[in-house]
This record gives sequence, C-alpha cells and structure tokens, in this order.
Amino acid sequence: MAIHEPERIWWNPLSKDERIWVAVALIWMLVSFIFMPIYHVVGSQNPPSTTYAVSADDFDKLVQNMIDKRKVGEENGFPVVHPDPSEPVFVKASMWQWYPILELEKGKTYDVHLSSMDILHGFSLQPVNMNIMALPGYDYVMKLTPTSTGEFHIVCNEYCGVGHHTMVGKMYVK
Amino acid sequence: MANTDFRLSSLSGLKIHKSAQALVQWNLIAAFATLAVGGLMALLVLLTRWPSVHLLPLDYYYRFLTLHGIDALLAWIIFFEIALVHFTSAVILGTRSYISWLGWVAFALMLIGGGLINTIVILGRADVMFTSYVPLKGDPMYYLGVILFAVGALIGFIHFFINIVLSKRDGGYKKSLPLGSFGLAAASIIGILTLLHGAGIFLPTFLWSLDILPTIDPSAYRLVFWGLGHSSQQINVCAMVAVWYMTSAFVVGGKPVNEKLSRTAFVLYILFINLASEHHLLVDPVLSNWHKVVNTSYMMHLAVLASMIHAFAIPASMEVALRKQGHTRGLFEWLKKAPWGNPAFSGVVISIVLFGFLGGITGVIFGTEQFSIIRHNTFAITGHFHGTVVAGTTIAFMAFTYLLIPYIFNKEIIWKGFASVQPWLYGVGVATLSIGMMSAGSFGVPRRHYDITFSGAPFSFTFDPAIDMFMSMMGVGGVLAVLGGVLYIVIAFGSIIFGKKIEQQ
Repeated sequence: MAIHEPERIWWNPLSKDERIWVAVALIWMLVSFIFMPIYHVVGSQNPPSTTYAVSADDFDKLVQNMIDKRKVGEENGFPVVHPDPSEPVFVKASMWQWYPILELEKGKTYDVHLSSMDILHGFSLQPVNMNIMALPGYDYVMKLTPTSTGEFHIVCNEYCGVGHHTMVGKMYVK
Repeated sequence: MANTDFRLSSLSGLKIHKSAQALVQWNLIAAFATLAVGGLMALLVLLTRWPSVHLLPLDYYYRFLTLHGIDALLAWIIFFEIALVHFTSAVILGTRSYISWLGWVAFALMLIGGGLINTIVILGRADVMFTSYVPLKGDPMYYLGVILFAVGALIGFIHFFINIVLSKRDGGYKKSLPLGSFGLAAASIIGILTLLHGAGIFLPTFLWSLDILPTIDPSAYRLVFWGLGHSSQQINVCAMVAVWYMTSAFVVGGKPVNEKLSRTAFVLYILFINLASEHHLLVDPVLSNWHKVVNTSYMMHLAVLASMIHAFAIPASMEVALRKQGHTRGLFEWLKKAPWGNPAFSGVVISIVLFGFLGGITGVIFGTEQFSIIRHNTFAITGHFHGTVVAGTTIAFMAFTYLLIPYIFNKEIIWKGFASVQPWLYGVGVATLSIGMMSAGSFGVPRRHYDITFSGAPFSFTFDPAIDMFMSMMGVGGVLAVLGGVLYIVIAFGSIIFGKKIEQQ
C-alpha cells in the first residue's frame, strides 16, 4: 500500500495492461513532442522572434518620427498614422495607452515594433484575439499581414496599475 | 525515546508521535485559516469580475486579487504541503519528527512572512499581483514577506530529508519508502529547487525595492520568476498525486499495482517538469523561438507522460482493491459499490477527473507555441489553473482532510451528511467556473481586469455578446464553489473544536 513499505523487491516487470497504456501514452506524447517543432517549421503560426534592446527615449523618438512623417488624421487626441509597408511601424505602450492609431492596408506585410515606456503591458488585438507581451527596454518585432478589413482594438491584458482597464487602443485595416 | 510519546490511531493503525502530530496539526490549522481568507477574497474578486454584479471599487479589486493569489495559491497549499511533509516523513513511517524545533522555525517563518504580505497588501502598499512583475514596484516589506515565507517553506521541505534519514536509523523503514512518502520526496526535491529560484529572484527584487540595486531586467525577472511560479505548481502536482495514492490506500485498501511504474512516474516529474516553465514566455521578446520550443515541447511531454501513468495506476489500484472486497460482477460493479458517500474517496475521484480533463488537457494545449498566441494572458489561462490547482490540488487536499482530522486530531468529522456532499458541491462549482473562464478567454476576455466594458477608455470596445453567458457561468460556478469552500472550512474547524473525541487504544 502507498502508506506501507513495499515488498523487498518491487522492481517488477509491468503487466500487459500497463505496458499497453504506457506505450499508447508514450506514442501520444512523442507525437505531441515532435509535432510542435515540426509545425514551427512548416506552419505559419509562430510567435515573433525578432528582438532588439531599446531605451524608452529612443523608442519614443522613433514613434514620433513615424508620426511626423505619416500622420493622416487625429481621433480623440490620438494621431492616426498610415505607414508605408517598406518602413518599420512603431506602437508604443505606456500607462495607459496604445499610441498611435495605425491604419494598415489589407494584404500588405508590415514590421510592427512594439515596446513599453514604463512597466509590462499585454498587446491583445481584438476581436482576432492575438496576444503578445510588451516589455520595457525591449523592442519586439512582429510581421503583421492584415487579412481582413475593418476596425480593430488593442486591449491591455497584463496588469499595469489602476488605469489598466482603460488602456484600449485602435487599429484600422483598409 | 519514551514510548509514551507515541499513540496508536485506532482508525488508521498509525503510530503517531507527539512531535509530528503537533506539527501536522498546526500546519493544517494555518492552511485552513489561509484558505478561509483566500476564499473570502475569491468571492469578492469573483463578484467583481461577474459583469452583472461588479461589486468592488477599483483599488480594492486589484488589492484583493493580489491577496487571493497569495493566500489561496501560496499559503493554503504550502501550509498543507508542509503538513504532508511531516505526515509522510514521520507519521506513516511510525517515527517522530526529528529536530522538531526546526519544524517550528519553518512554521513561524511562514506565518510571519504570510502575515507580513497580508498586512502590506491590505494596507494598499503592494497592489502588484501574485507575480509582482518588475518594474512595477511594491513596498519592500512585501518582498521581504515573500522571502520569509519562502525560506520557511524551504526549511519545511528540507525537514523531509532530515526525517527520512533519521527514521531509517530508527527502523521506520528498511530499504524503500512507502509510495506516499516517495511522492512527497519528489515534491520536496522540486520544492527545494523551486524555492532556490524564488531566492534567486526575490532577493535582488527586494534590494531593488530598497533602491540598493538600480534595475532588474524585466525579461530576466519573468524567466526566473516562472522558475519559481510554475515549478512550484509541480510541488502541488506531486503532493496531490501522493494524496491520491494514500487516500486509495486508507479508504479502500488500494495497493499500487506496480511500484516500479508509479515511482518512475514521480521521477519523470522531478526530471522534466521543472524545466518546462517557459510556456509563460512563449510570446515574450528576448528568448529565441528554438529555446522556447525545446523547453516547452521536449520537457513538457515527458512530464505529461508521468501524469498519464498515475491516471492509470490510481484508478487501477482502486479497482483491484474493490474487486478484492468481492465487487466482481460485470465490468463496473466495483465502481458502483465504491464508497461514494465518503468525502475522502469521492473528493479524490473528483480531483483526478477534473485535474486530468480540465486542468491537464488545457495545460498541454495552451502550452504549445502555436496556441499560446491566442490564449496568452486571456481569461482562458485563469480557467486552466483553476482546473489544476483548485479542481485538482485543492479538492484532493480537502478530501484528505476528512482523513487527517480523525487520524491526527483524533476527532470525528461533524455534519457527516454535509461533508459527503461538500466535494461534489465544490467540484461542480469549480468545474463550471473554470469552463466559463476558459470559454470567455477564447473570445479574448483578459485576465486580471477590472472592467471588460472598458469604462473611461478613449475608445469603446465590446466583446462578442457570447461572453455574457460564459461570465455568468463563471459567476454561478464560483458562488457554488465558495459555498462548498465555506462548508469545508466550517466542517474542518467545527470537527477540530466540537468533533467527538475518538476512543484511544
């Protein structure tokens, strides 16, 4: 029993039932084990992996440059930017806003750079439900190709203080 | 060693030493008390996240959510585990808890640390959540509290090894530990490794909060923190599985069908599960994708294999034992005739089923690279770990309490009728809550969020209306679970205080 010392020799062979179960479980796990790396190579659903170290000030300047160059409008005090796919696109997270509003084109591929100015934030693109982390000091680059047009929102899903629930940003795909 | 310090528990046949009895008792009492606080916080947080109630004001929501994590995840479970450390390294071996003052030092540190954290958080000086990701800063005393609690727990787990070494000298066992103790040995090994990670990150963070260290890298913090935060959940898994085996032994006389298989599975946990905590970082910058893939894919599945083995071995041990008692008709007579009215038995079965199907499967799915991006930090993650640590570990520990109170406190369980429905009430509640959370999360509802209608935000956004149903499911399930939890706390304390004393032999 689990509460008594086992017999002196307990390293006994498995019974048939146990062998079948362990074999099935092992095969299942091996399939899971190899499939994730395989899908990493053949699939197109991987999280981004390009990262740079960046200071908050430098990143802020990059955001500002992009806005100066590509601003096409304003909404609720937030600049609306229509970037060129050949240039890097920047989104800045801070307590408690996503800045600026991007206007992207369907089918074009953009390099979207994401960083935080202060503490951790969670970039959660809705309603497609795509989630990645924004860390201060790091620039995280995702290749983004919008496949449908419309209005999207960026919700923050990493706790960032009392204003956390008001941290909602916007993105358009034309 | 004076023999008068031992007593024979007539129900279990255990030879219990005073020193071990007192340590198990007080760690259990602290566990019940912290669960009561954690449960109250759960109710308040739940009623805030349920959009049709939205109870708490803003500040209090995050404050009580921080406290809920600390008390219900950290304190309740670790106090219970230290009680199990003494139970399995002294009581079931029939020897004493050696160097018992060390056990009391551990207990005192955990109590002081836990008390300090609770005080600081209630005072509103550390609304940082259980994870306290830097550079979000809390009061230095918060980090000190975590360090004290962790050092206490570390000593508690080290105590396991002191006990088993000296127990062997005194003839507690000859060659091999009983399987229950072996499971706690695995838990203690993982516990020590995990708490060293904790020291590795909380000491610098404490110094940083005192402005002695200038910065902590937020990415490094997340990596090392999850070495503590996720791996410590594997202490819970090991302790929970050991409780499953022990309950099967105590209640139906179940014998592990193959000791080799069950023990190997525990070793798989030690070897692989500690390394597989990078699924928290799958959508983080900094670490390369291959680093994450190797960690989460390769290591994780070998640990899952261990869970698959236990999922076979424990029901098998129950079936064999019940068939031996004469329930041999057909394929399932043993299942029908199982002691379903005994909350220790039913609780463990509920724990096994819910842990596997709710917590385990979702864990494997959400932990894959391709899924993480559509589940990370959503409410689905909250649903997943309520399937593991609440529907799994907490229910298993609740079930075991119905054995520990008669064995260790020598008191009968009060309100037997209520006790026999308690695991069902709690289990149905947590399962409903967890499924509600996971479903809402699949529509993008974030975790740790005060207001998913985003009042006061510069842009308005509304989730798919389907989430209303799922959030209500969470609410109703959560209220049922809280009722089950209140019943548990009342029965546990009621039995200790008012329960009929069991005749001594």
